[in-house]
Amino acid sequence: MATSTLPERAPAPAPALPLQQRHVGDRVFRLLLTLAAVAVPVLLAFLVLELWLGSRAAIERFGFDFVTSSTWDPVAERFGALPLVVGTLVSSFLALLIAVPLSLGVAIFLTEFAPGWLRQPVAFLIELLAAIPSVVYGLWGIFVLVPFLLRWVFPVLQDWLGFLPFFQGTIYGPSMFSASVILAIMVMPYVMSVSREVLLAVPPSQREAALALGATRWEAVMTAVVPYARSGIVGAVILGLGRALGETMAVTMLIGNRHDISASLFAPGYTMAAAIANEFAEAVADIHLAALSYVALLLFLVTVVVNALARLLIWRVARGVEGGRGA
Amino acid sequence: MTAVAPAFRIPPATTPATPSRTVLETERLTAMYGKVTALANVSLRFDANRVHALIGPSGCGKSTFLRTLNRMHELAEGGWITGRVLLDGEDVYAPRVNPMQLRKRVGMVFQKPTPFPTMSIYDNVAAGLRVDRGRAARVGLDETVERALRSAALWDEVKDRLRTSALGLSGGQQQRLCIARTIAPRPEVILLDEPTASLDPLGTQRIEELLFRLKEAFTIVIVTHNLQQAARVSDTTTFFYLGQMVETGPTRQIYTAPTEARTEAYITGRFG
Repeated sequence: MATSTLPERAPAPAPALPLQQRHVGDRVFRLLLTLAAVAVPVLLAFLVLELWLGSRAAIERFGFDFVTSSTWDPVAERFGALPLVVGTLVSSFLALLIAVPLSLGVAIFLTEFAPGWLRQPVAFLIELLAAIPSVVYGLWGIFVLVPFLLRWVFPVLQDWLGFLPFFQGTIYGPSMFSASVILAIMVMPYVMSVSREVLLAVPPSQREAALALGATRWEAVMTAVVPYARSGIVGAVILGLGRALGETMAVTMLIGNRHDISASLFAPGYTMAAAIANEFAEAVADIHLAALSYVALLLFLVTVVVNALARLLIWRVARGVEGGRGA
Repeated sequence: MTAVAPAFRIPPATTPATPSRTVLETERLTAMYGKVTALANVSLRFDANRVHALIGPSGCGKSTFLRTLNRMHELAEGGWITGRVLLDGEDVYAPRVNPMQLRKRVGMVFQKPTPFPTMSIYDNVAAGLRVDRGRAARVGLDETVERALRSAALWDEVKDRLRTSALGLSGGQQQRLCIARTIAPRPEVILLDEPTASLDPLGTQRIEELLFRLKEAFTIVIVTHNLQQAARVSDTTTFFYLGQMVETGPTRQIYTAPTEARTEAYITGRFG
């Protein structure tokens, strides 16, 4: 150190800091954050309580039969939600079946194969899909997607796969299949962007290790990159599933809203969310309202159960490293 | 040039007197990142069954040089080269050469252990063989894996837990696992990029001992920051500085009687 920069005299000693001082701001801040953190679970508890109170009349009258019965007759005041539960699960499952391979393919392409200048713009555009209101998707579905599917896709599917019960029978425009396709498009940006983040987070050394063994780009992706990211990818799929289960508007506009279980995917169906949205405003009888609340409670339960299963899956996958395959 | 007095043990003359076949050779090799030259005009020969050390301060281009030898350099953003790299006399940058095939003959071990975390120990060693799908490589996989693990001096430590995760191993064991993975497909040359940089002294010692045995079957090129290590393990040493190859020769000569002032300065610890 150059001595010339030192002051000529030592500065006067500062007065000793008082040891006792209260930081009121800190306490207030802490209190506010605690309140915010507590508010969320409390809200959730109130939501469940409210759903349960609202549906109590229906629960007492129909009990568990509500879930296994298919009749939905507001006039006769007989309600069974099985087609709604089935419709929700089938449309979400089918949507993921379409969306997950596509999203993963895009994510892998964008992180591993696309030229640098293409990566950001494409990722941005796909993420922009998530910003489109679902009613717009619904309208687009009615005017563009459904006519397209009717003209080009459904007949071909029936020709090729008609031997399967899923593709038999009369072809309707608004149908389980149409709703699943629109759901797939809506779910894709979520699955894609989360998978992309996860793939980007894979250390480059993993790729290099595989490439140094003489792997092709594709083999490096499949042996090193995707396995490394797999629990994150499962997480991305679950996020998409959550979206698909609860999506209401676009599905209501495209699924046909028929309270029926049909093996054919070309036939109209119904989902829990769509039924609530369609009927709540028009329900006058108390028992009808209670039945719709019961449906809402079921939807909540289905979402919780599916998410719990999915978390279990992530957990299993994450620690499933032990005892890998092997010859 | 006066005699240099290094601060550590001078290596014994390990190089056998018998001449050896040249396996790998570079001719006027220049490696670029875009317009930036990382390494200029390097001509070197690597003889079979020797350990060749590349030394030099950080950023001197020694790692880049290593990565041109198995064409990993061109995977980096903007990486390209001029000059030639010859493997058994064949130009590895010739247009019809498949880099994947080259990397099966010129294996590489990295600075940090890079086991595949989702795979078992067994699967890690077999990874390079499975990449070579549909070949005879998959016949006798168990024997090949065992042989590779024995060669990497890891077999006795892992033979009872081949199916467990590779992440259960210590850092040094993981690095030996990576060596086993690299030698399982039986390459001719093994490139090691500071393989002990992240290991403790014991792990480092075991890798160094391993190199003595491995050179009986392979040609080894090792990049190291550790001058003592280069002195201990190598038969020839090459000193890189600021993207130039300054000096190359038998390790003993480089450490005791370097011809270049910069080599002497680096070896005696005056910079770097």
